[in-house]
Amino acid sequence: MPSLKELRNRINSVKATRKITKAMQMVAAAKLRRAQEAAEASRPYAERMDAVLANLAKGVANPENASPLLVGTGKDDTHLLIMMTAERGLCGGFNSNIAKLVRQNALELLREGKKIKILAVGRKGADNLKRDLGNYITDRVSLAGLKSVGFEQASEIADKVMAGFGDEEFDVCTVYFSRFESVISQKPTGLQLIPARLPDAGDDAAEPDNGGAAYEYEPEEDVILDQLLRRNISTQIFRGLLENAASEQGARMSAMDSATRNASDMIDKLTLSYNRQRQAQITKELIEIISGAEAL
Amino acid sequence: MAGTIKFELVSPERILMSVEAEQVIVPGAEGQFTVLAGHAPVVSTLLPGIIQVTTPNSKEAIFVRSGFAEVSGEQLTILAERAFIVEEADPRQLNHELDLARQALNGAETDDARFHVNRAIAELQALVDDAA
Repeated sequence: MPSLKELRNRINSVKATRKITKAMQMVAAAKLRRAQEAAEASRPYAERMDAVLANLAKGVANPENASPLLVGTGKDDTHLLIMMTAERGLCGGFNSNIAKLVRQNALELLREGKKIKILAVGRKGADNLKRDLGNYITDRVSLAGLKSVGFEQASEIADKVMAGFGDEEFDVCTVYFSRFESVISQKPTGLQLIPARLPDAGDDAAEPDNGGAAYEYEPEEDVILDQLLRRNISTQIFRGLLENAASEQGARMSAMDSATRNASDMIDKLTLSYNRQRQAQITKELIEIISGAEAL
Repeated sequence: MAGTIKFELVSPERILMSVEAEQVIVPGAEGQFTVLAGHAPVVSTLLPGIIQVTTPNSKEAIFVRSGFAEVSGEQLTILAERAFIVEEADPRQLNHELDLARQALNGAETDDARFHVNRAIAELQALVDDAA
């Protein structure tokens, strides 16, 4: 049985921890709102891009000459896996869930005899994979010290990807991030970037409301499609980064919420045993006094 | 004036501008073009340059680095990777854009493209000089 003093110290230490987790939860909640707003604000751009791309891709006359970004290089020997994780921990299973998905897919590809390369965005995922897949991590992008992700970061990653694709370093590129479904649910997802998976062009919702009039293209359709596909990569990466940022904060918020609750439970339990022991000591002292008085 | 056209300027981060415009001059990849109401549907990529928007009440100039424009029916949407309103820009930003435009000039392959980028550089230079 710990002494009263020890119990008091423990209660104080758990209280201090609770203060920290509570503060972290509140910070995460505020950041989550901002991240969600950013994700929402980026949507119109992505939607427009999708609509125009879908329209263009529909008009591709001969797939043989189409951009390799759309139809691929014709083989799938080398895969590039872009893993997006956070720079910081203490956010529940957020980082490890993404890393787990990447590891699972990476091992599967290796079993199939493919070559893989991993581009790690954010420190935590790379740390997670360091032990078994560390050799495959060819490049890293750090997001440390950034207040919020901007398009600049997405462009930077996209430039690396495009440069690598230009040098034929890989054939297929997939990006892994956590899709933000709700504050309590974030789903690690893989999204294939190259060759591009375009939204279904037959979808009526994606049709612009121009009464089906044919567009004129300046410059030629093929050229414009190629340029758009390039841009689409940074857009998709940006989307992934934003979703990831929102997911991270959501995950941290719920993790810190349960940590706070856990600390409160612990404080209650410790307080109870502290009081019980104090009471026991008072009783013991009383008995000593009374029996001392009786002995007289 | 034959009415107005809805003009939207969208950057990856947010919608920068959404107004009813009388005319918009766009720095298209194959030459500047002016969009009025009832323009034929066009998709065009953009070169670095200045978009001039005329609304019934005002005139705005916006610098775009690159992007593309989509005219459909009564709407003009510009998706720009990097855009800012010229009046609000600070000199550092302008200088940075100027550097990028010069790099773009080195990368330009056709005479047309060089011509356009050159014009953008000239426009930017004028802005920088104004600001200084």
